[in-house]
Amino acid sequence: MKNKILFLLILSVISGNIMAQDTTNIDSILSVKLDEVAIISKPLINYTKQNKPLSSIDEYLDKSMNVSLVRRGSYAWEPMLNNMSSERLQLTIDVMHIFGACTDKMDPITSYVDVSNLSDVKVSSGQEGASYGPTIGGAIDLIKKKHDYCHIGWLGSVNFGYESNSNLFTAATRVKYSNAKFFVDADFIFRDADNYKAGKRTLIPFSQFQKYNTSLSIGVKINNKNTLTGSFTFDNAVNIGYPALPMDVALARAYIASVQHSASYINSFIDEWTTRVYFNTITHIMDDTKRPIVPIHMDMPGWSTTSGLYSKINGAHKRQKMALTLNAYWNKSKAEMTMYPNDTSRKSMFMYTWPDVHTIYAGVNLANNFSWKPMHTIKYGASIGFHRNFVASEFGLNSMHIFYPTMSAGKNRIIVGFQTAYTFAKNNWEYSIAMAYGERAPSISEAYGFYLFNSFDAYDYIGNPYLKNEKSIELHTALAYKMKKIKWNFGLNYFHILDYIIGIPNTNYIAMTLNANGVKEYQALESVNIVSTECGMEYRPHPSVKTRVALSYNFGRDFNKQNMPLVRPFSFKAGLTYNIKGLEMEMNVEGASKQYAHSAFYGEKAKPAYAIVNFAAGYSIPIKAHQLHFRVGIENMADTYYSTYADWNNIPRKGRNFYLNISYTFDNRMME
Amino acid sequence: MYYLYYFLIQIKLPMKKIIFIAIAMCSIILISCKKETAQQPDELAGLTLLQKMANDTTEIEVYTRSGTLTVGYNDIFFRVKNKLNDEFVSNAVLDWMPIMHMTMMSHAAPKSPITKVAGKEFLYKGFIVFQMPGNDMEKWTLSIDVQTPSITTAVLDTFAVANSTQKRVTSFTGSDSKKYILALVSPENPAVATNDLTLGLFVKETSMSYPAVTDATILFDPRMPDMGNHTSPNNVQPIINTTDNLYHGKVSLSMTGYWKLNFIVKNASDVVLKGEEISPSVESSSLYLELEF
Ligand SMILES: [Cu+2]
Repeated sequence: MKNKILFLLILSVISGNIMAQDTTNIDSILSVKLDEVAIISKPLINYTKQNKPLSSIDEYLDKSMNVSLVRRGSYAWEPMLNNMSSERLQLTIDVMHIFGACTDKMDPITSYVDVSNLSDVKVSSGQEGASYGPTIGGAIDLIKKKHDYCHIGWLGSVNFGYESNSNLFTAATRVKYSNAKFFVDADFIFRDADNYKAGKRTLIPFSQFQKYNTSLSIGVKINNKNTLTGSFTFDNAVNIGYPALPMDVALARAYIASVQHSASYINSFIDEWTTRVYFNTITHIMDDTKRPIVPIHMDMPGWSTTSGLYSKINGAHKRQKMALTLNAYWNKSKAEMTMYPNDTSRKSMFMYTWPDVHTIYAGVNLANNFSWKPMHTIKYGASIGFHRNFVASEFGLNSMHIFYPTMSAGKNRIIVGFQTAYTFAKNNWEYSIAMAYGERAPSISEAYGFYLFNSFDAYDYIGNPYLKNEKSIELHTALAYKMKKIKWNFGLNYFHILDYIIGIPNTNYIAMTLNANGVKEYQALESVNIVSTECGMEYRPHPSVKTRVALSYNFGRDFNKQNMPLVRPFSFKAGLTYNIKGLEMEMNVEGASKQYAHSAFYGEKAKPAYAIVNFAAGYSIPIKAHQLHFRVGIENMADTYYSTYADWNNIPRKGRNFYLNISYTFDNRMME
Repeated sequence: MYYLYYFLIQIKLPMKKIIFIAIAMCSIILISCKKETAQQPDELAGLTLLQKMANDTTEIEVYTRSGTLTVGYNDIFFRVKNKLNDEFVSNAVLDWMPIMHMTMMSHAAPKSPITKVAGKEFLYKGFIVFQMPGNDMEKWTLSIDVQTPSITTAVLDTFAVANSTQKRVTSFTGSDSKKYILALVSPENPAVATNDLTLGLFVKETSMSYPAVTDATILFDPRMPDMGNHTSPNNVQPIINTTDNLYHGKVSLSMTGYWKLNFIVKNASDVVLKGEEISPSVESSSLYLELEF
């Protein structure tokens, strides 16, 4: 182990020394710049910059090489970063903590907002994301639309989208009025999809969904320094099919509300102080009534409610930049399972699968950025937090006592982390190296889950309240070169994770779910190593032509040299864009090698290699304050039948798909 | 580091905001504490009067927790009143005999001796395992012999015994050709939890005598036949307790609903008297009891 770290250190130092550099801080240790990856809509759904307007957040994120998405159907894909899924990440909406209410991860929080609400997605790798809360793999923050008080007037837009495969119909609209003191901004989006067809015209039943999302923001500029913003989002999805799972979802609903106060230019040290109080509540109701063969009918509703506070102070002084963040929240998560015997005279079978677990977290993070010379920047930071879980349901606690007779209702933890990074930038070169340590508490399922069936390996999972904090030692290095015509970058993230939480079969227990392979109990693996590398290149032979290639190689093994599941195999993306007089055309190829290191040990089935080709063309017609934009495209042109490593139970992805988008924007705003 | 210090000093700024944050923090972190107040135990706490039985000199109040008697194991409580001075008796010696009067024959039922309830002044307790319900034609009677310093008498009355919705008692003929009775004592109110499992095993000596069997081995396997016949984890096999002559173990019930407790009973020389092990081809033991909640 030590040797490996040393080797990587030497490698990074050597590569750093060979190359030289220039300007700009790397704001994120991420080697890929976000604006090329996953920026969403500015000012609205930004059809000019996006290959495919009105595509879901999932599809946007999926364009990135860093973020991958675990797909269980057409809807609500689960983001992964550095080959780690949601329990090892901080997923936030505008830095607000929201927790899905599904015990089977059918509702990652990215499913409770839509592109119409957002302006950007910030991806922070590893401890770079620590200011969002304790994390191992990093943080993904969905940033809602921001408002300045510089524009006066009206902005409005209407968007329609249609996709041939799955008959997906999307409509979105937005109205905004703003002046120097006030704004009001409302948006609405609706999506309706039938079952999609995988390649070779294979119909995938139970892949339909329907949702709408609406949000309203109102802001007031109290004076030159202070603003107050209230924001409310309502998201409602019904009849969502999950073809990779044995159950669907009848309803997934979120109410998300926040009030934010911002003060700017407080004094010479403090540039900005933002404080937000928030509340959100999620209802998730699973549904097996539409499936043809159900051995036993069951209801599985879940609820998650979070109240929280976020406060961040940004300061700067001479060559120093500083950020102090306070994060506090109180979450209540509860999920039930009621099974109805075929003999209706018998009583129903009930249990808590999440026994009304309350989680209280309060933590601070301090990050400092110091450039002693323009080309050298050093960054360091630390965080400490208090984490408490508490089983509020006596019924639930009694049922946990079946497995852990002496466990107490409450459990306190202290979670710490620190990070340090150095960036050297000169001429066209930029090099960075970072080391960090982070911890996380187990998730609700990992600590308190009660017979949660996982269709990936077909085991019933039992939570373990005695788990230690998971710990991670990480090392990042990145190198980038930027010229007018050519850009390239290389990045390596290495994680050595101790007490890695994973389900281990416990043969003393017998599965409850019909046909399950057995029971797994969450346990700590001694250690796991995860490496993700990627490399990107962009070349513009002519101002109107752009080519891009990105490659990614990943590796994940535990201390016994067993492959870890859900690790991205060697994969690539390449694109060619041609731009002329409002017309834009784009051709993409993406694919992956065979999953040579799949984890049979952890129940994973290997995926074969694949490659698909996409094409898109867009045209804009501006007429004074109005703008009309058309976009057409074909995805998976060859109608390839394929699934990627992140497709749950090898569920195949969409086959050939034609799409059409029409957007109309009205903007008569004047700069103040 | 110097700068860090300055930075932190500067943060003391707007007091209102700090108060706002503090209040918000407190409201998030505070959770209400539940306090439970213990109640003073009352002589008849948790008991419901079932029936009063009396003769010229003595009145006996019969209580159970539910106010009824059902097929299976029943805890039964008594208070004895001397009718001559209208006072409860604290030092009576009681003996009892339940008899089922069937059309063709009569028989008794497994029972415990009657003892004084510890910590109570006038309350006595015992249990009876009713193997069958009473009806219009066939009734259970209970006779109680009472001996106090002043009176020696016997009181007799009939009692209604209702059928139980689940099988809480079972009679079987063992491989040794003897007749046995296996009764579920607890859990009386099963919960999704690790429940105390208490069983009584009795052998029929004569139709009027059913002593407890204390040298058997009882193995049990709880199953949910409505859900693929799964079992539950961390069960503790019952073992005999020689003070109450009942078998005590633990049964884990991982969800509500209908549970079948499958049994194998072996005698002192480890010979199976009755019951089969559950396997993919054997869904149920021929010796079982039921729980539904
Ligand atoms: Cu779900």
